Formats: sequence, structure tokens, C-alpha cells
Amino acid sequence: MAAGRMDCDVAVVGGGMAGLTLGCALAGAGVRVRVLEPQPVSAQTDPGFDGRTTAIAAGSRAVLEAVGAWPAMAADAQPILDIRVSDGHSPLFLHYDHRALGDGPMGHIVENRAIRRALADRLAALDPGALVEGVRIAAAERGARRAVLHAADGGQTSCRLVVAADGRRSAMRQEAGIRTAEWRYRQTGIVCTVEHARDHGGAAQERFLPAGPFAILPMTGRRSSIVWTERDDIAPAILALDEAGFAEELGLRFGDYLGDLRVVGPVFSYPLGLLHAETYVAARLALIGDAAHAIHPIAGQGLNIGLRDVAALAEVTVDTMRLGLDPGGAVALDRYERWRRPDNATMLAVTDGLNRLFSNDLAPLRTLRDAGLAAVNRAAPLKRLFMRHAMGLVGDLPRMIRGEAL
Amino acid sequence: MAQSAEMQARGTVDADEVRRFADIAAEWWDPDGKFAPLHRFNPVRLAYLRDALCERFGRSPRSMRPLEGLRLLDIGCGGGLIAEPLARMGATVTGVDAAERNIAVARAHAAEEGVEIDYRATTAESLAGAGEAFDAVIALEVVEHVADLALFLESCAALVRPGGAMALATLNRTPKSFLFAIVGAEYVMRWLPRGTHDWRKFPRPSEIAAVLGRAGLRLDDTAGMTYDPLSGDWRRSRDLSVNYMLFAVKD
Repeated sequence: MAAGRMDCDVAVVGGGMAGLTLGCALAGAGVRVRVLEPQPVSAQTDPGFDGRTTAIAAGSRAVLEAVGAWPAMAADAQPILDIRVSDGHSPLFLHYDHRALGDGPMGHIVENRAIRRALADRLAALDPGALVEGVRIAAAERGARRAVLHAADGGQTSCRLVVAADGRRSAMRQEAGIRTAEWRYRQTGIVCTVEHARDHGGAAQERFLPAGPFAILPMTGRRSSIVWTERDDIAPAILALDEAGFAEELGLRFGDYLGDLRVVGPVFSYPLGLLHAETYVAARLALIGDAAHAIHPIAGQGLNIGLRDVAALAEVTVDTMRLGLDPGGAVALDRYERWRRPDNATMLAVTDGLNRLFSNDLAPLRTLRDAGLAAVNRAAPLKRLFMRHAMGLVGDLPRMIRGEAL
Repeated sequence: MAQSAEMQARGTVDADEVRRFADIAAEWWDPDGKFAPLHRFNPVRLAYLRDALCERFGRSPRSMRPLEGLRLLDIGCGGGLIAEPLARMGATVTGVDAAERNIAVARAHAAEEGVEIDYRATTAESLAGAGEAFDAVIALEVVEHVADLALFLESCAALVRPGGAMALATLNRTPKSFLFAIVGAEYVMRWLPRGTHDWRKFPRPSEIAAVLGRAGLRLDDTAGMTYDPLSGDWRRSRDLSVNYMLFAVKD
């Protein structure tokens, strides 16, 4: 960015998936929005940058459709037709079939880079100047009437609302002095993509192994994405193995139901932990996505709750501005906080509890949870409720999630 | 205040009422200050105004500037809490208040925000006397404070151009409004200074409609504004027994 001054209504700091989606939602509604991202998007869509995939629940798909970004990623989206949850190699398992709900697939698996590219293209189509790449924010002044962001190169962005979409280690959150509750799980997430000989038929598998959940998520073609939770003391040894050794360890957990396996592309790993901001708002500032909360990938809900933040904040902002009111004012920010924080706190508690319940090999707990899974499997209404929760279709839903215009 | 006293002698302004609001005018714009309840109340009132005006003048409420080009008069504009949002919605706004200090506060704030509003320390009667006309005349939380309700409403009606509209917000005179607006808001919640309202001056919707009818305006719509103590939010309702809004049109 050339050192100069930009004026806008809303400045989104961070051009990840949550920030780009918010940018599209606001630009589409006629809000003057700027999404400020330190790295060029082209670097983020490189396969070496992020090999992860995201499970897009039905509610999230509705948001991506509402902002007009879904068509450009639909070809890269594998529908999930079936979810099988099992406890280790126990014969008891919970089986979710999309036919039980009768509303199409339960979700889609999409590569993060495909989501990013579709969102960046959509934002550029809505407002060619909205995405500002290569801007690192060095300081923020949040005043009574406006906020001013100072970039490292001397440029300034003046706005009425700053949105922190700058991830788990959010600099905007830290600058505002918002504290977090957080803890590490003694677990590492190992992520990679495999090709297999047989077709997965759209089935996702989640296996609760003693070290933590092991998920096999169907991708387009004969490919699956692996999200493998491993104990911190074992993970480094696994990651240090050569290709054949790694494939063998993977095969032990994956099984042979899809035939021969081959790891394609790089293997990524990252420490797992939980984080929740003590508040989502401060003067002229709102936190969304990972800047507000980071959860265990056990239920694949990270981006889904982030997109619910996006849908809620976009709705509050647009409703406020259509009344000629201040999108960074206390009334609007308070509404966003009250809407999202309790919902996210519930999801954090559930994923944390699930991980604690399942990531062990204690015999009494095994028996209990197996009985629990089997009971849920037989109780159709309860199972439907869990499914609708995981699909993001329960609660006080923002308009974009209900499939309505913003 | 000499000027206000003089106006009272020949008009609808009650001098004690004017003084009471001028004393707290500087705090209008602090969202966490004394007027915090008004800031919370504002979105539901603005949404009603916008929707009714959009319906009347064939605009889309989903636009960022739905009131573009409409000439609006905000009577009893106070610090500009309604006038500024209306201007941001695209309207050409004239804001009028009998208290000079309110107008000074409103002008200063609009200048800082870069919003253009024609603020004047005057009254509805003076404007009507000068023969001005507007697409819509808006008077929110005013009629329960004026000394002569009929004279005030007639002056407002005269300022509406043929085809135009008038919007009012006020409190109903019911046992429930005594409990909520006087006991609740002034004594229990302390949202308003004690003595802000005189329950006996709260007009019933039928009383307003009767005066407006004689002045050539037809009642088009009414809505209640109801406080939800659990969420702390106000919403539009059908319950007119406490806070209500009224929309009338000149055919």
C-alpha cells in the first residue's frame, strides 16, 4: 500500500477465510470495507502454505452462498453423505446418514486454498479496491468517533469499526488489552492428504483413538484429508519418520478399507489448544473467528463458528448502518457480543469435553462412552438434534445462515 | 430563557420543560451517559420511521441511503440523535428545538461528524407561520411535553406538504404507562431524572388522531415500542399501552 490515507466504514484486519467472508458480505451490502492482509493472497493459495481442509457445515455453506463465493468453490467441494463415529476399534459406533435429515449432504470438505481463492475473487468482483494486500498494521488508535490504523509503511486507514480477523495470536486483540482464557492440550494435530485405491463414497470417519481423534474426511476424487491428533510426546517421532515409516503408522490407524494409500503433498503439524477471548468487543473493535476463539478440531467446527460470527457481525453492522447509526458504537457492538459469545462458549465447552472424554483408554470411560454412543445412535430425535447442531442449524440464526438476503 | 418564556406566552413551549432538557443537553451524545437508554431505544424508533417513510415514498429499506432527497423536519431534535441518522440515510434534514443549548450541542456534533443538517432554535409555530413545507414532519417524544397539544399538532400538520406524512412517538395515558414510564423509568431504573414526565400530559392515540383528522391528516399506522427486560432490547409490537409511534399522511 502506498503511504496515504484511506477512509472507509469498516476495516477488517486479516484476510483469512473469516475476514474475506466478512469483506464480501459487507461490500455486497454497500458498506465501504477494506480488508487489510499482510501476505499476498497468491502466497496463501499455494499448496505449501496451508494443506488443510475445512468441513463446511450446511450453515456455513449458506453464508458462502449468500456472499456469492460458493459457486467458485463448488467444484472443489466434496459432499459428506455419511459420518461414522467409532470408539477405537470397538464395534459400537454412531452412524449419521444424511438421509435421516432429508436435507441433502451434511456438509462439504473443501481445501482451504480453494475457499480463499474463491473469496478473494468474489471480493475483488464486488469492490476491486476492497482487498489491500501487503499491509502490516503497526498501531491502532481507537477514538470516540473513529479509529485510525497505522500501517508499518506509514499509510493510514480511518474507519468507524475495526474488525480483528487476524487469527489466534491476534495483534489487534492484544493491542486492545483483551485477555484470553487458554490452555494447551498435550496433543499435536497432524494434517495431510492421502490418495486411495477405492472410492470413499462420501463417507467421513471419526475414530476416537486413545491418543485423540483420528478423522478421515472425503475430498474430491479418490482423496481424503487426514486430521490426526497425536500425543505431544509421540508426535515428534512420527513426524521424524521417513515416507515409508510415516505411511506405515498412518496405515495402522487408517485401515485398509479404501485399499492402498499414498500420502500426497506435505505433512503439516500444529499444537492443539483452546482459546477464548474474555470479551469480543472494545471501543470501535470487534473480534471474529480465531481471534475470538480457537477450539479443538475434534468436531471440525472451527471455521463454522467463525462464519457464524461473520454472519452475525455483518447483520448487526448492515442493520445499524441502514438506520444511519454508528457500526462501531456501543449499542451495535453490545448486540454482537451478546449474540455470539454464549453460543461460542457452548461449542468450546462441548468440544473440550468431548476431547477429554474420548482421548484416553480408561476402561470404565470406554464402556460408558460406548454405551452413550450406542444410545444416541438408537434415539433418533436426539441424534437429529446433534446432527442439526453440528450442521450449524440450531439457535438464534443470522439471516445469511437461514438462507435469507443480508 | 427570556426568549422561551416569551414563546410560551404565545405558543406551545413549556418553559420549565425546556430548561430541564437544556441542563442535560451536553450529555446527549454519550452512549454510556445519562442518555444511554435513549441510545438503546433509538434503533427501534429509527427503524419504524425508515420503514414507514420507505413505504410512503416508495423506497427500499435495504438501501444504505433509503431517504435520499426527502426533506424532513425533526421537531424537538434535542442533541440530534434522530436528525443525524436521518441525514446519514440520505434525507435533507431541518432540526428544530426550542432550547438554544440543544441546538448548539447538535450543531457542534454534526460539524464534527461531517453531517450537514439545518439546525434552528425555533418552534413549529414559527416555521408554520413562515409557510415552510416538508415531505415529512417528525416529532419524537415531544407531544407529551407541549403546553397545548392541539395547537402544536395543528402547527405540525400545516408544515406537511400535500402527499406528505407526519410521525410521532409518545407515551399513552394508561395505568400500565404510569407504572412503567413514571414509577419504572424514573424511580426504579432511574433511566430518566424524576419529574421528566407528567403522566397527565400523555396523549392517547385516539386523542392525537382526532386533532390530526381535523387538520387534514389521516392516521395510517400505529405501533408499540416494547422493552424486553431480559435482553435489554426494544422491539416493535402491537401493544400501544406504554410507548407508541404513530404515522399519519396528508392525501
